[in-house]
Amino acid sequence: MNTLTVAPSPHVHGDDSVKRNMYGVVIALLPALAASVWFFGLGALSVVLTSIVSCVLIEFLIQKFILKVPTTVTDGSAAVTGLILAFNLPAGLPLWIVVVGALVAIGIGKMTFGGLGQNIANPAILGRVFLLVSFPAQMTSWPVPSSEVDGATGATPLGLLKESVKSGTPISEIAGLPSTQDLLLGSIGGSLGEISAICLIIGGIFLLCTKVITWHIPVSILATVAVFGGLLYGVDPETYASPLFHILSGGMLLGAFFMATDYVTSPMSHSGMIVYGVGIGLITMLIRTFGAYPEGMSFAILIMNIVTPLINTYCKPKRFGEVVKK
Amino acid sequence: MEAVLITIAVLAVLGCVAAVILYFVSQKFKVYEDPKIGEVEEVLPGANCGGCGYAGCHAMAEALAKADDLSGLVCPVGGAPVMSQIAAILGKTVAESAPKLAVVRCGGCLDKRPKTLNYDGAKSCAIASTHFAGDTACSYGCLGLGDCVSVCQFDAIKVNPVTGIAEVDEAKCVACGACAKACPKQIIEIRYKGRVVKDQARRVWVSCVNKDKGAVAMKACKASCIGCGKCAKVCKFDAITIENNVAHIDNEKCKACGMCINECPKQAIAATFTPPAKPAPAEQKPAPAAPADAQAVQQ
Amino acid sequence: MLKTFSIGGIHPEENKLSAGNAIKEFHLPEDIKEVKIPVAQHIGAPAQPVVAVGDDVKVGQLLAQAGGFVSANIHSPFSGKVKKIEATTGDDGKPAMMITIAVEGDEWLETIDRSAGIKRDITLSAEEIVKKIGEMGIVGMGGARFPAQVKLAVKPGQAQALIINGVECEPYLTADHRLMLEKSEEILIGVKILMKAIGVSDAYIGIENNKKDAIDLLSKIAASYPGIHVQPLKMKYPQGGEKQLIDACIGRQVASGALPISVGAVVQNVGTAYAVYEAVQKNKPLIERVVCVTGKPLQNPSNFWARIGTPVKALIEAAGGVPEDCEKIIGGGPMMGRAFATIDVPIHKGSSGILLMNKKESKRGEIANCIRCAKCVSVCPMGLEPFLLSKVSAKSLWDMAEENHIADCIECGSCSFTCPSNRPLLDYVRLGKAKVMGIMRARAAAAKAAAEAAKAAEAPKA
Repeated sequence: MNTLTVAPSPHVHGDDSVKRNMYGVVIALLPALAASVWFFGLGALSVVLTSIVSCVLIEFLIQKFILKVPTTVTDGSAAVTGLILAFNLPAGLPLWIVVVGALVAIGIGKMTFGGLGQNIANPAILGRVFLLVSFPAQMTSWPVPSSEVDGATGATPLGLLKESVKSGTPISEIAGLPSTQDLLLGSIGGSLGEISAICLIIGGIFLLCTKVITWHIPVSILATVAVFGGLLYGVDPETYASPLFHILSGGMLLGAFFMATDYVTSPMSHSGMIVYGVGIGLITMLIRTFGAYPEGMSFAILIMNIVTPLINTYCKPKRFGEVVKK
Repeated sequence: MEAVLITIAVLAVLGCVAAVILYFVSQKFKVYEDPKIGEVEEVLPGANCGGCGYAGCHAMAEALAKADDLSGLVCPVGGAPVMSQIAAILGKTVAESAPKLAVVRCGGCLDKRPKTLNYDGAKSCAIASTHFAGDTACSYGCLGLGDCVSVCQFDAIKVNPVTGIAEVDEAKCVACGACAKACPKQIIEIRYKGRVVKDQARRVWVSCVNKDKGAVAMKACKASCIGCGKCAKVCKFDAITIENNVAHIDNEKCKACGMCINECPKQAIAATFTPPAKPAPAEQKPAPAAPADAQAVQQ
Repeated sequence: MLKTFSIGGIHPEENKLSAGNAIKEFHLPEDIKEVKIPVAQHIGAPAQPVVAVGDDVKVGQLLAQAGGFVSANIHSPFSGKVKKIEATTGDDGKPAMMITIAVEGDEWLETIDRSAGIKRDITLSAEEIVKKIGEMGIVGMGGARFPAQVKLAVKPGQAQALIINGVECEPYLTADHRLMLEKSEEILIGVKILMKAIGVSDAYIGIENNKKDAIDLLSKIAASYPGIHVQPLKMKYPQGGEKQLIDACIGRQVASGALPISVGAVVQNVGTAYAVYEAVQKNKPLIERVVCVTGKPLQNPSNFWARIGTPVKALIEAAGGVPEDCEKIIGGGPMMGRAFATIDVPIHKGSSGILLMNKKESKRGEIANCIRCAKCVSVCPMGLEPFLLSKVSAKSLWDMAEENHIADCIECGSCSFTCPSNRPLLDYVRLGKAKVMGIMRARAAAAKAAAEAAKAAEAPKA
């Protein structure tokens, strides 16, 4: 007999691990990545690989040489950050800008706060927003999907919408606005990973089924967008796009399933998650319909990330026996 | 040019308005505090260790300013120099107090007290001690999980990975007593730093708290006190008492002569100096072992 | 849709290895000449020994008397001579008071009815039943070991339902399952006795639906016992928790800090119901119980009828011996059981299982940073925030721990089980809970003393 081991209970552990959750997200994003490579070609793949490799490498170097702590890059969180950052960039972005984004995401967004689990805002979104305000031209030159002309760029569906509404064109007369089918499949302009709604929905369902995420955040975001968009659409369908268009276009699905659900920066209780989701939905719709930017998902998530500690303070889980059932 | 001027003007006006508001608000909510409290707090080390028994240095400063008599109020961190400075500020006198430090009363290093169990729980002595008696056959000794280390504000106590026992750094320890409070096994004692001979403070203590009967204690650990009483017999100052099968050296009475050290058959008495070796040649071998261990416990 | 409790819960792997093995009578091996009987086998005050060294005792004779209101009698499970009454090493390696008996023969007290037949008529009155249960030293047999008579001492009309715990939600353990299959009618008579004792007309036996055979068998027999309902429950841990079981069976939630009787419920284990049957109908004190000896490294996972005081080691030997790769031996189930520091200890009234584990299964994973995934919050059956409680406990912020209801924790371990970062959440929460409970008790005592002092000061004036 070996020397006995003594430990406090419980003596067994479920099979859940940080790795399982992180690589679960990576797997869930693979269909969308495939769609992206299909429509944008290998340029998309090089952006994705550059982003992942630089995120992982930056985290490794910071942990090894600056913080001098055991490295944890194998847990997959840096890879997820890299992948999501890449999904938020245009496919043809110069690779050095991708590296700058990774540096901001991991270096400033994550490691300065103390690494995994300590950051206030979603590092990938922080990196993306930093690039958007620093390199506005490069960050908004969207390659045309499956284009035969190399380097041709076009507008995103939301960009088209914004421009036309500003100039007073009724929605039904906007030229080049993609059909619902295009939105679902992904033959539209936009960030590398956000184009194919159907692939993102498959990934989201995978995450829900494997219990990596719960339904609270994505459902509350999408429901808020549907209700808010539906109301506006009901008022004037020629000025405001349909709720379905809002849900399927831009970063809505990518954000709702993969970015807003980031563990570290989202609330801890189910009620808090719903408040957070409703907040993201509202802010996104306000920016999209009344703001200067065509898309507001990143800003909305970033704002709600910052509100999360406050939500955690006020939205406590329902305790057992708190409301006595009759 | 005009734009610059306007900017400067706007900023200046804004600054003035803010200053006026701040002035009135600070006047309205002013709380009177004895200015001496602030002066005393300046002198205190500011570690907020709680070693004095107050919540922090500010609370201690308040207590000092209010007190009629400074006896009983001692900053263990600053010691005599700080207390005399405070006494000067407050115009009061302070009694001299000898410097103290923490000692760990366990000498059961890994080779003397072999592990009989593995512990696989949270790294906390408080948690481990509620679940079992300890990972060795001795249920009194150091658990080595470092609750004392995590409460120490001065980086003065460490668990030695070789011995598995907490060790106090004499140079850093300020005798605040936080470790003694945190230790669930209550093996840390605050003692006088001791008489200084040749730049070295001499102190002697029993490095064991095992209350089991001799035979049981001996089986559990080679370095345990078995309560035989030999040390008490040899002590010229009546400083050693045996209670519950374990010896204790009275802090006030001990003169650090070192007579008891070689007398102990288990080398359970630790000291910070090498006592004179016994003349008998048969005892030659174990004698140097005791100070070596004592040094190990110390450093 | 099967019923279950409303908040949180987990699904650990069942591993009911010994579910198909009938309970075997365990006989003390010849080479074991003496046994140790702990005097603290229950929650509350230890029992006070009433025998002296050198006394001859028979099986069933009173060894130690309840040492307070919340305490229980201890009877001798063996016949022989009292050899020692002293503190020796207990389960956790700390000293525990035990009565050592040198075993000689197997002589029973004549008052105990050892006939095989089932006695169905309940002749005692409600008060007599409660008194009898107290005399016979019955405690909660599920593991919590709360003296049974204390829970049964309810005011008339206060209780509305009796809930019987046949859930056995701990993985591995099969003691209650086998008991329900083999002593079904006795259990139902025991339930009937308990119903009479607390004056209720409805009893619910909650059984998880992984024990379909037990549900079917008990439902069939219960048809002739009006008022006893077998309630199949959806599998979910910790359904065997008292508050969770009440919620699952009758849909009422006991408030924070309140007792089950506040919602009119009294909960007892099926093992307790069987012990009550034996005590009331057969006059037999609690001197033996079903012990499930199980675990993956073990050769023959078994269920034994073992006398209290049987050495743990002897039971493991009977199930194939301690295997080479065994790393951890646990008293109870894997979720809430306590690891043995030594197996040279006796089993007690709450020993529902002895579980052996190998290194692979028991070794805790490497601790990583909290990733704030909120899974601990989702699974907590009490609706608490384990990540927060463990953090404030580690930092000794007892006020904050209390504000966040640390005292509600039932120590089920769902949080630690679920944590993807392998953080020892429950270790710290348990520590914090003990501290906060201590602070709360001290405050209550101080408030009481102050109130009494005020009363005493007021009295002369009036």
